[in-house]
Amino acid sequence: MNMTMTQKILAAHAQRDSVRPGELILAKLDLVLANDITAPVAINEFRKAGDGCVFDCQKIALVMDHFTPNKDIKAAEQTKLVRDFAHEKGIEHFYDVGAMGIEHALLPEKGLVVAGDLVIGADSHTCTYGALGAFSTGVGSTDMAFGMATGKAWFKTPSAIKFNLRGKLPKWVSGKDVILHIIGLIGVDGALYQSMEFGGDGVASLSIDDRLCICNMAIEAGGKNGIFPVDQVTLKYIAEHSTRQPVIHAADAGAEYERVFDIDLASLRSTVAFPHLPSNTKTFDQIPSIPIDQVVIGSCTNGRLSDLAVAAELLKGRKVNPRVRTIIIPATQKIYLDAVHQGLVDIFINAGCAVSTPTCGPCLGGHMGILAKGERAVATTNRNFVGRMGHPESEVYLASPAVAAASALTGVITDPTTI
Amino acid sequence: MKITGKVIRYGDNVDTDVIIPARHLNTSDPKELAAHCMEDLDPDFVKKVQPGDIIVAGKNFGCGSSREHAPIAIKASGIACVVAKSFARIFYRNAINTGLPIVEYDGDIRDGDLLDIDFANGVIRNHRDNTQGRFTPFPEFLQKIITAGGLFKAKEIMQ
Ligand code: SF4
Repeated sequence: MNMTMTQKILAAHAQRDSVRPGELILAKLDLVLANDITAPVAINEFRKAGDGCVFDCQKIALVMDHFTPNKDIKAAEQTKLVRDFAHEKGIEHFYDVGAMGIEHALLPEKGLVVAGDLVIGADSHTCTYGALGAFSTGVGSTDMAFGMATGKAWFKTPSAIKFNLRGKLPKWVSGKDVILHIIGLIGVDGALYQSMEFGGDGVASLSIDDRLCICNMAIEAGGKNGIFPVDQVTLKYIAEHSTRQPVIHAADAGAEYERVFDIDLASLRSTVAFPHLPSNTKTFDQIPSIPIDQVVIGSCTNGRLSDLAVAAELLKGRKVNPRVRTIIIPATQKIYLDAVHQGLVDIFINAGCAVSTPTCGPCLGGHMGILAKGERAVATTNRNFVGRMGHPESEVYLASPAVAAASALTGVITDPTTI
Repeated sequence: MKITGKVIRYGDNVDTDVIIPARHLNTSDPKELAAHCMEDLDPDFVKKVQPGDIIVAGKNFGCGSSREHAPIAIKASGIACVVAKSFARIFYRNAINTGLPIVEYDGDIRDGDLLDIDFANGVIRNHRDNTQGRFTPFPEFLQKIITAGGLFKAKEIMQ
Protein backbone atom coordinates (compact mmCIF):
# COMPACT_ATOMS: atom_id res chain seq x y z
CA MET A 1 0.00 0.00 0.00
CA ASN A 2 1.56 3.30 -1.11
CA MET A 3 1.21 5.97 1.54
CA THR A 4 1.65 9.73 1.88
CA MET A 5 4.09 11.11 4.45
CA THR A 6 1.22 11.81 6.87
CA GLN A 7 -0.23 8.32 6.47
CA LYS A 8 3.18 6.80 7.21
CA ILE A 9 3.53 8.71 10.46
CA LEU A 10 -0.01 7.76 11.50
CA ALA A 11 0.58 4.08 10.65
CA ALA A 12 3.82 4.04 12.66
CA HIS A 13 2.01 5.47 15.70
CA ALA A 14 -0.93 3.09 15.36
CA GLN A 15 1.58 0.20 15.19
CA ARG A 16 0.32 -0.79 11.80
CA ASP A 17 2.03 -1.58 8.50
CA SER A 18 -0.34 0.66 6.61
CA VAL A 19 -3.43 2.81 6.89
CA ARG A 20 -5.98 3.77 4.24
CA PRO A 21 -7.68 7.16 3.80
CA GLY A 22 -10.92 7.26 5.78
CA GLU A 23 -9.82 4.56 8.21
CA LEU A 24 -10.34 5.36 11.89
CA ILE A 25 -7.33 4.59 14.07
CA LEU A 26 -6.16 4.97 17.63
CA ALA A 27 -2.60 6.33 17.71
CA LYS A 28 0.11 6.94 20.32
CA LEU A 29 1.10 10.52 21.01
CA ASP A 30 4.57 12.02 21.40
CA LEU A 31 3.35 15.35 22.73
CA VAL A 32 0.08 16.84 23.97
CA LEU A 33 -0.28 20.63 24.07
CA ALA A 34 -2.73 23.15 25.49
CA ASN A 35 -2.80 26.85 26.33
CA ASP A 36 -4.37 29.09 28.98
CA ILE A 37 -7.75 29.07 27.18
CA THR A 38 -8.05 25.40 26.28
CA ALA A 39 -6.17 23.77 29.17
CA PRO A 40 -8.70 24.78 31.87
CA VAL A 41 -11.50 23.01 29.98
CA ALA A 42 -9.25 19.96 29.48
CA ILE A 43 -8.20 19.93 33.12
CA ASN A 44 -11.84 20.07 34.27
CA GLU A 45 -12.58 17.07 32.02
CA PHE A 46 -9.48 15.26 33.30
CA ARG A 47 -10.47 15.83 36.90
CA LYS A 48 -14.08 14.74 36.27
CA ALA A 49 -12.79 11.53 34.68
CA GLY A 50 -11.01 10.39 37.83
CA ASP A 51 -8.09 12.81 38.13
CA GLY A 52 -5.40 10.12 37.99
CA CYS A 53 -1.81 10.43 36.79
CA VAL A 54 -1.01 11.89 33.42
CA PHE A 55 0.35 9.38 30.89
CA ASP A 56 3.82 11.00 30.84
CA CYS A 57 4.72 14.22 32.63
CA GLN A 58 7.46 14.94 30.05
CA LYS A 59 5.15 14.71 27.05
CA ILE A 60 2.68 17.41 27.98
CA ALA A 61 3.22 21.09 27.21
CA LEU A 62 1.11 23.78 28.86
CA VAL A 63 1.82 27.25 27.51
CA MET A 64 0.21 30.34 29.05
CA ASP A 65 0.21 32.61 26.02
CA HIS A 66 -3.24 33.90 25.09
CA PHE A 67 -4.45 36.24 27.85
CA THR A 68 -1.06 36.59 29.51
CA PRO A 69 0.38 38.52 31.28
CA ASN A 70 -3.10 38.07 32.69
CA LYS A 71 -5.43 40.67 31.24
CA ASP A 72 -8.14 40.47 33.90
CA ILE A 73 -9.27 38.59 36.98
CA LYS A 74 -11.01 35.80 35.07
CA ALA A 75 -7.91 35.19 32.95
CA ALA A 76 -5.79 35.17 36.10
CA GLU A 77 -8.06 32.52 37.64
CA GLN A 78 -7.83 30.39 34.51
CA THR A 79 -4.03 30.53 34.47
CA LYS A 80 -3.89 29.77 38.17
CA LEU A 81 -5.98 26.66 37.62
CA VAL A 82 -3.47 25.47 35.00
CA ARG A 83 -0.45 26.44 37.10
CA ASP A 84 -1.78 24.46 40.08
CA PHE A 85 -2.49 21.44 37.90
CA ALA A 86 0.96 21.56 36.29
CA HIS A 87 2.57 21.73 39.70
CA GLU A 88 0.44 18.94 41.17
CA LYS A 89 1.03 16.54 38.26
CA GLY A 90 4.70 17.42 37.84
CA ILE A 91 4.27 18.63 34.24
CA GLU A 92 7.79 19.39 33.04
CA HIS A 93 6.95 21.68 30.15
CA PHE A 94 4.81 24.32 31.83
CA TYR A 95 5.59 27.80 30.53
CA ASP A 96 4.41 30.83 32.45
CA VAL A 97 5.10 34.56 32.10
CA GLY A 98 8.84 35.14 31.90
CA ALA A 99 9.49 31.82 30.19
CA MET A 100 6.52 31.52 27.89
CA GLY A 101 6.25 32.44 24.25
CA ILE A 102 3.50 31.84 21.74
CA GLU A 103 3.12 28.06 21.83
CA HIS A 104 3.77 27.30 18.15
CA ALA A 105 6.92 29.39 18.11
CA LEU A 106 8.04 28.09 21.50
CA LEU A 107 7.76 24.31 21.04
CA PRO A 108 10.06 24.03 17.97
CA GLU A 109 12.51 26.46 19.58
CA LYS A 110 12.63 24.36 22.76
CA GLY A 111 13.20 21.24 20.68
CA LEU A 112 10.00 19.59 21.91
CA VAL A 113 8.98 18.49 18.42
CA VAL A 114 11.17 16.58 15.96
CA ALA A 115 10.58 14.90 12.61
CA GLY A 116 8.40 11.78 12.80
CA ASP A 117 6.53 12.88 15.93
CA LEU A 118 2.78 12.71 16.35
CA VAL A 119 1.55 15.78 18.20
CA ILE A 120 -1.92 16.97 19.17
CA GLY A 121 -2.66 20.36 20.63
CA ALA A 122 -5.79 21.99 21.91
CA ASP A 123 -5.13 24.88 19.58
CA SER A 124 -6.00 24.88 15.92
CA HIS A 125 -2.58 26.12 14.79
CA THR A 126 -0.87 23.03 16.20
CA CYS A 127 -0.52 22.09 12.51
CA THR A 128 2.57 24.39 12.50
CA TYR A 129 5.04 21.58 13.36
CA GLY A 130 4.53 19.87 10.02
CA ALA A 131 7.36 22.18 8.97
CA LEU A 132 9.70 19.85 10.87
CA GLY A 133 8.37 16.68 9.25
CA ALA A 134 6.05 15.81 12.14
CA PHE A 135 2.33 15.04 12.03
CA SER A 136 0.64 17.61 14.21
CA THR A 137 -2.94 18.74 14.36
CA GLY A 138 -5.34 20.78 16.42
CA VAL A 139 -7.97 19.12 18.58
CA GLY A 140 -10.37 20.20 21.29
CA SER A 141 -10.01 20.16 25.03
CA THR A 142 -11.68 16.76 25.53
CA ASP A 143 -9.23 15.17 23.07
CA MET A 144 -6.46 16.93 24.93
CA ALA A 145 -7.68 15.62 28.29
CA PHE A 146 -8.02 12.11 26.89
CA GLY A 147 -4.52 12.43 25.42
CA MET A 148 -3.13 13.55 28.79
CA ALA A 149 -4.74 10.57 30.48
CA THR A 150 -3.98 7.82 27.96
CA GLY A 151 -1.29 9.12 25.59
CA LYS A 152 -3.62 8.30 22.70
CA ALA A 153 -6.04 9.95 20.30
CA TRP A 154 -8.42 8.80 17.57
CA PHE A 155 -7.90 9.93 14.01
CA LYS A 156 -9.63 9.55 10.70
CA THR A 157 -6.79 8.87 8.26
CA PRO A 158 -6.73 11.77 5.80
CA SER A 159 -6.26 11.77 2.06
CA ALA A 160 -3.90 14.43 0.76
CA ILE A 161 -3.38 17.34 -1.59
CA LYS A 162 0.14 17.76 -2.97
CA PHE A 163 1.73 21.15 -3.55
CA ASN A 164 4.79 21.00 -5.78
CA LEU A 165 6.88 24.07 -5.14
CA ARG A 166 9.58 25.12 -7.57
CA GLY A 167 11.87 28.12 -8.00
CA LYS A 168 12.73 30.71 -5.40
CA LEU A 169 10.74 33.55 -3.84
CA PRO A 170 11.49 37.14 -4.97
CA LYS A 171 12.70 39.81 -2.52
CA TRP A 172 10.04 40.80 0.09
CA VAL A 173 7.91 37.75 -0.77
CA SER A 174 7.78 35.13 2.02
CA GLY A 175 6.19 31.97 3.32
CA LYS A 176 3.17 34.06 4.34
CA ASP A 177 2.56 35.02 0.72
CA VAL A 178 2.91 31.38 -0.34
CA ILE A 179 0.24 30.19 2.06
CA LEU A 180 -2.09 33.16 1.45
CA HIS A 181 -1.77 32.46 -2.29
CA ILE A 182 -2.65 28.80 -1.72
CA ILE A 183 -5.65 29.59 0.51
CA GLY A 184 -6.87 32.08 -2.10
CA LEU A 185 -6.55 29.32 -4.67
CA ILE A 186 -8.34 26.49 -2.86
CA GLY A 187 -10.58 28.35 -0.40
CA VAL A 188 -11.10 28.14 3.36
CA ASP A 189 -12.46 24.60 3.05
CA GLY A 190 -10.27 23.60 0.10
CA ALA A 191 -8.37 21.02 2.13
CA LEU A 192 -11.16 19.99 4.52
CA TYR A 193 -10.25 16.73 6.34
CA GLN A 194 -7.12 16.47 4.15
CA SER A 195 -3.35 16.74 4.54
CA MET A 196 -1.53 19.45 2.68
CA GLU A 197 1.78 17.89 1.64
CA PHE A 198 4.47 20.17 0.28
CA GLY A 199 7.30 19.04 -1.94
CA GLY A 200 9.33 19.88 -5.01
CA ASP A 201 12.76 21.39 -5.56
CA GLY A 202 11.56 24.80 -4.35
CA VAL A 203 11.38 23.50 -0.77
CA ALA A 204 15.15 23.69 -0.32
CA SER A 205 15.09 27.49 -0.69
CA LEU A 206 12.51 27.94 2.09
CA SER A 207 13.78 28.59 5.61
CA ILE A 208 12.31 26.73 8.59
CA ASP A 209 10.60 30.00 9.59
CA ASP A 210 8.90 30.13 6.17
CA ARG A 211 7.88 26.47 6.44
CA LEU A 212 6.51 26.98 9.97
CA CYS A 213 4.47 29.93 8.69
CA ILE A 214 3.13 27.92 5.74
CA CYS A 215 2.11 24.89 7.85
CA ASN A 216 0.69 27.21 10.52
CA MET A 217 -2.05 28.34 8.15
CA ALA A 218 -2.96 24.87 6.76
CA ILE A 219 -5.96 25.04 9.10
CA GLU A 220 -7.09 28.22 7.32
CA ALA A 221 -7.67 26.05 4.25
CA GLY A 222 -9.53 23.54 6.45
CA GLY A 223 -6.55 21.16 6.37
CA LYS A 224 -5.97 18.51 9.01
CA ASN A 225 -2.24 19.13 8.78
CA GLY A 226 0.44 20.62 6.60
CA ILE A 227 3.74 18.81 6.20
CA PHE A 228 7.14 19.34 4.60
CA PRO A 229 9.63 16.64 3.64
CA VAL A 230 12.67 16.33 5.89
CA ASP A 231 15.81 17.73 4.26
CA GLN A 232 19.19 19.10 5.35
CA VAL A 233 17.58 22.38 6.45
CA THR A 234 15.21 20.47 8.76
CA LEU A 235 17.90 18.22 10.19
CA LYS A 236 20.17 21.17 10.90
CA TYR A 237 17.36 23.01 12.71
CA ILE A 238 16.47 19.95 14.79
CA ALA A 239 20.11 19.28 15.69
CA GLU A 240 20.47 22.89 16.86
CA HIS A 241 17.33 22.82 18.99
CA SER A 242 16.70 19.31 20.26
CA THR A 243 18.55 16.42 21.83
CA ARG A 244 15.96 13.97 20.48
CA GLN A 245 16.53 11.88 17.37
CA PRO A 246 14.33 12.67 14.37
CA VAL A 247 12.59 9.82 12.54
CA ILE A 248 12.37 10.43 8.82
CA HIS A 249 9.28 9.31 6.94
CA ALA A 250 9.07 10.05 3.22
CA ALA A 251 6.01 9.71 1.01
CA ASP A 252 6.04 6.62 -1.21
CA ALA A 253 6.71 7.29 -4.88
CA GLY A 254 3.29 5.87 -5.71
CA ALA A 255 1.41 7.75 -2.96
CA GLU A 256 -2.00 8.95 -4.10
CA TYR A 257 -3.03 12.59 -3.94
CA GLU A 258 -6.55 13.80 -4.54
CA ARG A 259 -5.23 16.93 -6.22
CA VAL A 260 -1.80 18.20 -7.23
CA PHE A 261 -0.89 21.87 -7.57
CA ASP A 262 2.28 23.21 -9.16
CA ILE A 263 3.42 26.50 -7.70
CA ASP A 264 6.25 28.58 -9.14
CA LEU A 265 7.63 30.47 -6.14
CA ALA A 266 9.34 33.02 -8.41
CA SER A 267 5.96 34.09 -9.81
CA LEU A 268 4.42 34.89 -6.40
CA ARG A 269 3.89 38.47 -5.23
CA SER A 270 3.07 40.03 -1.89
CA THR A 271 -0.46 38.94 -1.06
CA VAL A 272 -3.07 40.41 1.30
CA ALA A 273 -6.18 38.64 2.62
CA PHE A 274 -9.05 41.12 2.84
CA PRO A 275 -11.80 40.90 5.47
CA HIS A 276 -13.38 38.65 6.53
CA LEU A 277 -11.84 35.41 5.21
CA PRO A 278 -8.22 34.30 4.78
CA SER A 279 -9.17 33.15 1.27
CA ASN A 280 -10.20 36.65 0.20
CA THR A 281 -6.74 37.34 -1.21
CA LYS A 282 -5.51 40.09 -3.51
CA THR A 283 -2.15 41.15 -4.94
CA PHE A 284 -1.14 44.79 -5.24
CA ASP A 285 -2.34 45.17 -8.83
CA GLN A 286 -5.85 44.74 -7.35
CA ILE A 287 -5.44 46.76 -4.15
CA PRO A 288 -6.61 50.40 -4.01
CA SER A 289 -5.32 52.89 -1.44
CA ILE A 290 -6.77 51.73 1.90
CA PRO A 291 -5.99 53.82 4.99
CA ILE A 292 -5.24 51.89 8.18
CA ASP A 293 -5.20 52.60 11.92
CA GLN A 294 -3.04 49.81 13.32
CA VAL A 295 -0.30 47.38 12.34
CA VAL A 296 0.46 44.22 14.30
CA ILE A 297 3.65 42.29 13.60
CA GLY A 298 3.74 39.10 15.65
CA SER A 299 1.78 35.87 16.34
CA CYS A 300 2.54 32.19 15.83
CA THR A 301 2.46 32.86 12.10
CA ASN A 302 4.98 35.70 11.82
CA GLY A 303 6.52 36.61 15.16
CA ARG A 304 9.86 34.88 14.59
CA LEU A 305 13.26 36.54 14.39
CA SER A 306 13.41 36.50 10.59
CA ASP A 307 9.98 38.21 10.50
CA LEU A 308 11.17 40.95 12.83
CA ALA A 309 14.37 41.33 10.79
CA VAL A 310 12.38 41.91 7.59
CA ALA A 311 10.25 44.55 9.34
CA ALA A 312 13.36 46.21 10.75
CA GLU A 313 14.97 46.36 7.32
CA LEU A 314 12.07 48.55 6.15
CA LEU A 315 11.65 50.57 9.35
CA LYS A 316 15.32 51.34 9.91
CA GLY A 317 15.96 55.09 10.06
CA ARG A 318 12.32 55.86 9.25
CA LYS A 319 9.22 56.82 11.26
CA VAL A 320 5.88 55.06 11.12
CA ASN A 321 2.92 57.16 10.03
CA PRO A 322 1.67 59.02 13.14
CA ARG A 323 -1.89 57.77 12.50
CA VAL A 324 -0.80 54.13 12.65
CA ARG A 325 -0.36 52.40 16.00
CA THR A 326 2.36 49.89 15.26
CA ILE A 327 2.66 46.99 17.69
CA ILE A 328 5.51 44.52 17.46
CA ILE A 329 5.35 41.30 19.47
CA PRO A 330 8.34 38.94 19.43
CA ALA A 331 6.86 35.45 19.71
CA THR A 332 9.19 34.09 22.42
CA GLN A 333 11.57 35.35 25.09
CA LYS A 334 14.53 34.12 23.05
CA ILE A 335 13.35 35.94 19.93
CA TYR A 336 12.82 39.05 22.06
CA LEU A 337 16.35 38.87 23.45
CA ASP A 338 17.88 38.16 20.03
CA ALA A 339 15.95 41.15 18.66
CA VAL A 340 17.41 43.31 21.43
CA HIS A 341 20.96 42.07 20.80
CA GLN A 342 20.68 42.53 17.05
CA GLY A 343 19.49 46.10 17.45
CA LEU A 344 16.03 45.41 16.02
CA VAL A 345 14.22 46.70 19.10
CA ASP A 346 16.18 49.99 18.84
CA ILE A 347 15.05 50.33 15.25
CA PHE A 348 11.41 49.65 16.17
CA ILE A 349 11.32 52.05 19.11
CA ASN A 350 13.08 54.79 17.14
CA ALA A 351 10.55 54.30 14.36
CA GLY A 352 7.69 54.88 16.80
CA CYS A 353 6.55 51.30 17.38
CA ALA A 354 5.40 49.69 20.63
CA VAL A 355 7.35 46.50 21.40
CA SER A 356 5.60 44.05 23.71
CA THR A 357 6.50 41.02 25.78
CA PRO A 358 5.49 37.75 24.02
CA THR A 359 1.71 37.19 23.97
CA CYS A 360 -1.07 36.21 21.56
CA GLY A 361 -2.76 39.44 22.65
CA PRO A 362 -4.36 41.24 19.72
CA CYS A 363 -4.20 38.25 17.35
CA LEU A 364 -7.38 36.84 18.87
CA GLY A 365 -8.81 40.14 20.04
CA GLY A 366 -7.74 39.33 23.57
CA HIS A 367 -5.85 42.41 24.71
CA MET A 368 -2.84 44.61 23.84
CA GLY A 369 -4.24 46.26 20.72
CA ILE A 370 -8.01 45.90 20.29
CA LEU A 371 -9.70 47.69 17.39
CA ALA A 372 -12.57 50.17 17.74
CA LYS A 373 -15.65 50.22 15.50
CA GLY A 374 -14.72 50.99 11.90
CA GLU A 375 -10.96 50.68 12.42
CA ARG A 376 -8.66 48.77 10.09
CA ALA A 377 -5.50 46.83 10.86
CA VAL A 378 -2.84 45.18 8.77
CA ALA A 379 -1.67 42.16 10.76
CA THR A 380 0.83 39.38 10.21
CA THR A 381 -1.56 37.07 12.08
CA ASN A 382 -3.61 34.29 10.51
CA ARG A 383 -7.32 35.08 10.88
CA ASN A 384 -9.44 38.01 9.76
CA PHE A 385 -12.89 36.76 10.74
CA VAL A 386 -15.57 39.22 11.87
CA GLY A 387 -14.56 40.69 15.23
CA ARG A 388 -11.27 38.77 15.37
CA MET A 389 -9.23 41.76 16.59
CA GLY A 390 -11.96 43.67 18.37
CA HIS A 391 -15.20 45.37 17.37
CA PRO A 392 -17.40 43.31 15.01
CA GLU A 393 -17.29 46.27 12.60
CA SER A 394 -13.48 46.51 12.55
CA GLU A 395 -11.40 45.00 9.74
CA VAL A 396 -8.24 42.89 9.65
CA TYR A 397 -6.05 42.56 6.55
CA LEU A 398 -3.64 39.62 6.73
CA ALA A 399 -0.20 40.13 5.23
CA SER A 400 3.51 39.40 5.51
CA PRO A 401 5.84 41.31 7.86
CA ALA A 402 7.18 43.22 4.83
CA VAL A 403 3.72 44.44 3.78
CA ALA A 404 2.84 45.23 7.41
CA ALA A 405 6.00 47.30 7.95
CA ALA A 406 5.61 49.12 4.62
CA SER A 407 1.97 49.91 5.49
CA ALA A 408 2.97 51.22 8.93
CA LEU A 409 5.27 53.73 7.21
CA THR A 410 2.75 55.05 4.70
CA GLY A 411 -0.54 54.68 6.58
CA VAL A 412 -2.15 52.80 3.68
CA ILE A 413 -1.83 49.13 2.67
CA THR A 414 1.47 49.22 0.82
CA ASP A 415 3.58 47.05 -1.45
CA PRO A 416 7.07 46.87 0.13
CA THR A 417 8.73 47.11 -3.29
CA THR A 418 7.53 50.74 -3.48
CA ILE A 419 9.30 51.83 -0.27
CA MET B 1 -32.33 8.80 18.93
CA LYS B 2 -34.98 11.03 17.32
CA ILE B 3 -35.61 14.74 17.76
CA THR B 4 -38.04 17.34 16.47
CA GLY B 5 -37.11 21.00 16.45
CA LYS B 6 -37.45 24.41 14.84
CA VAL B 7 -34.74 25.66 12.47
CA ILE B 8 -32.50 28.66 12.97
CA ARG B 9 -30.76 29.11 9.61
CA TYR B 10 -27.25 30.48 8.90
CA GLY B 11 -24.95 30.51 5.84
CA ASP B 12 -21.49 29.16 4.97
CA ASN B 13 -18.28 29.35 7.03
CA VAL B 14 -19.85 30.12 10.42
CA ASP B 15 -16.59 30.42 12.35
CA THR B 16 -15.80 29.83 16.01
CA ASP B 17 -15.08 33.55 16.50
CA VAL B 18 -18.73 34.38 15.83
CA ILE B 19 -20.06 31.30 17.64
CA ILE B 20 -18.27 32.46 20.79
CA PRO B 21 -16.01 35.52 20.50
CA ALA B 22 -12.57 35.21 22.11
CA ARG B 23 -13.29 38.12 24.45
CA HIS B 24 -15.58 35.74 26.36
CA LEU B 25 -13.07 32.88 26.58
CA ASN B 26 -11.79 33.94 29.96
CA THR B 27 -14.43 31.57 31.33
CA SER B 28 -15.39 27.98 30.59
CA ASP B 29 -18.75 28.09 32.35
CA PRO B 30 -21.36 26.74 29.88
CA LYS B 31 -24.10 29.15 31.04
CA GLU B 32 -21.86 32.21 30.67
CA LEU B 33 -20.70 31.03 27.25
CA ALA B 34 -24.29 30.37 26.15
CA ALA B 35 -25.21 33.94 27.07
CA HIS B 36 -22.87 35.16 24.29
CA CYS B 37 -23.48 32.40 21.74
CA MET B 38 -23.59 33.68 18.11
CA GLU B 39 -23.27 37.25 19.42
CA ASP B 40 -21.20 38.67 16.53
CA LEU B 41 -23.26 36.98 13.79
CA ASP B 42 -26.78 37.19 15.16
CA PRO B 43 -27.22 39.31 18.30
CA ASP B 44 -30.85 38.11 18.57
CA PHE B 45 -29.88 34.43 18.79
CA VAL B 46 -29.87 34.23 22.58
CA LYS B 47 -33.28 35.92 22.73
CA LYS B 48 -34.97 33.70 20.17
CA VAL B 49 -33.41 30.26 20.80
CA GLN B 50 -35.73 27.70 22.43
CA PRO B 51 -34.62 24.39 23.94
CA GLY B 52 -34.69 21.75 21.21
CA ASP B 53 -34.09 24.16 18.29
CA ILE B 54 -31.85 23.06 15.42
CA ILE B 55 -29.15 25.17 13.79
CA VAL B 56 -28.94 24.58 10.04
CA ALA B 57 -26.01 26.03 8.11
CA GLY B 58 -24.01 25.78 4.89
CA LYS B 59 -20.52 24.49 4.36
CA ASN B 60 -17.54 24.53 6.75
CA PHE B 61 -19.50 25.14 9.97
CA GLY B 62 -17.27 25.77 12.97
CA CYS B 63 -14.13 26.76 11.06
CA GLY B 64 -11.39 28.58 12.90
CA SER B 65 -10.12 27.91 16.37
CA SER B 66 -10.10 24.66 18.31
CA ARG B 67 -12.07 26.16 21.18
CA GLU B 68 -14.38 23.53 22.63
CA HIS B 69 -16.21 26.52 24.06
CA ALA B 70 -18.01 26.67 20.69
CA PRO B 71 -19.93 23.37 20.85
CA ILE B 72 -20.29 23.86 24.62
CA ALA B 73 -21.91 27.28 24.09
CA ILE B 74 -24.22 25.93 21.38
CA LYS B 75 -25.26 22.94 23.48
CA ALA B 76 -25.78 25.05 26.62
CA SER B 77 -27.94 27.50 24.68
CA GLY B 78 -30.44 24.68 24.18
CA ILE B 79 -29.66 23.69 20.58
CA ALA B 80 -30.42 19.97 20.10
CA CYS B 81 -28.48 19.45 16.87
CA VAL B 82 -26.45 21.28 14.22
CA VAL B 83 -27.12 20.32 10.60
CA ALA B 84 -24.62 21.60 8.02
CA LYS B 85 -23.47 20.84 4.52
CA SER B 86 -20.00 20.24 5.98
CA PHE B 87 -18.15 20.82 9.26
CA ALA B 88 -14.65 22.08 9.95
CA ARG B 89 -12.77 19.07 11.26
CA ILE B 90 -11.87 20.24 14.77
CA PHE B 91 -15.46 21.33 15.39
CA TYR B 92 -16.59 17.91 14.14
CA ARG B 93 -14.31 16.16 16.66
CA ASN B 94 -15.29 18.48 19.47
CA ALA B 95 -19.00 17.99 18.84
CA ILE B 96 -18.60 14.20 18.99
CA ASN B 97 -16.33 14.34 22.03
CA THR B 98 -18.67 16.65 23.97
CA GLY B 99 -21.92 15.02 22.89
CA LEU B 100 -23.41 17.75 20.67
CA PRO B 101 -25.31 15.88 17.91
CA ILE B 102 -24.31 16.99 14.41
CA VAL B 103 -25.48 15.90 10.97
CA GLU B 104 -23.86 16.43 7.57
CA TYR B 105 -26.75 17.14 5.22
CA ASP B 106 -27.44 19.46 2.32
CA GLY B 107 -31.10 20.14 1.54
CA ASP B 108 -33.71 22.86 1.13
CA ILE B 109 -34.16 23.89 4.74
CA ARG B 110 -35.32 27.41 5.66
CA ASP B 111 -35.39 29.51 8.78
CA GLY B 112 -38.40 28.55 10.89
CA ASP B 113 -38.92 25.09 9.32
CA LEU B 114 -39.78 22.22 11.65
CA LEU B 115 -37.56 19.13 11.26
CA ASP B 116 -37.67 15.53 12.51
CA ILE B 117 -34.22 13.95 12.68
CA ASP B 118 -33.76 10.20 13.08
CA PHE B 119 -30.09 9.69 13.88
CA ALA B 120 -29.89 5.90 13.81
CA ASN B 121 -31.54 5.59 10.39
CA GLY B 122 -30.10 8.79 8.91
CA VAL B 123 -33.40 10.42 7.97
CA ILE B 124 -34.44 14.09 8.06
CA ARG B 125 -38.10 15.05 7.50
CA ASN B 126 -39.16 18.64 6.86
CA HIS B 127 -42.70 19.42 8.08
CA ARG B 128 -43.03 22.47 5.77
CA ASP B 129 -43.23 20.48 2.55
CA ASN B 130 -43.29 16.98 4.06
CA THR B 131 -40.10 16.01 2.20
CA GLN B 132 -37.60 13.45 3.46
CA GLY B 133 -33.86 13.32 2.97
CA ARG B 134 -31.14 10.91 3.98
CA PHE B 135 -27.74 11.39 5.60
CA THR B 136 -24.96 8.95 6.41
CA PRO B 137 -25.02 7.96 10.10
CA PHE B 138 -21.67 8.04 11.94
CA PRO B 139 -19.32 5.08 11.55
CA GLU B 140 -19.53 2.50 14.34
CA PHE B 141 -16.37 3.70 16.08
CA LEU B 142 -17.78 7.20 16.53
CA GLN B 143 -21.29 5.89 17.33
CA LYS B 144 -19.68 4.13 20.30
CA ILE B 145 -18.27 7.41 21.61
CA ILE B 146 -21.58 9.18 21.10
CA THR B 147 -23.66 6.39 22.67
CA ALA B 148 -21.27 6.19 25.62
CA GLY B 149 -21.93 9.91 26.15
CA GLY B 150 -18.55 11.34 25.18
CA LEU B 151 -14.93 10.35 24.73
CA PHE B 152 -14.06 9.75 28.36
CA LYS B 153 -17.05 7.51 28.97
CA ALA B 154 -15.90 5.45 25.99
CA LYS B 155 -12.40 5.07 27.45
CA GLU B 156 -12.64 1.28 27.85
CA ILE B 157 -13.83 0.79 24.29
CA MET B 158 -10.97 2.95 23.07
CA GLN B 159 -8.07 1.22 24.83
S1 SF4 C 1 -0.86 33.91 18.01
FE1 SF4 C 1 -3.02 33.95 17.43
S2 SF4 C 1 -3.35 32.18 16.13
FE2 SF4 C 1 -1.38 31.90 17.19
S3 SF4 C 1 -1.85 30.68 19.00
FE3 SF4 C 1 -1.97 32.82 19.59
S4 SF4 C 1 -4.12 33.42 19.28
FE4 SF4 C 1 -3.80 31.50 18.20
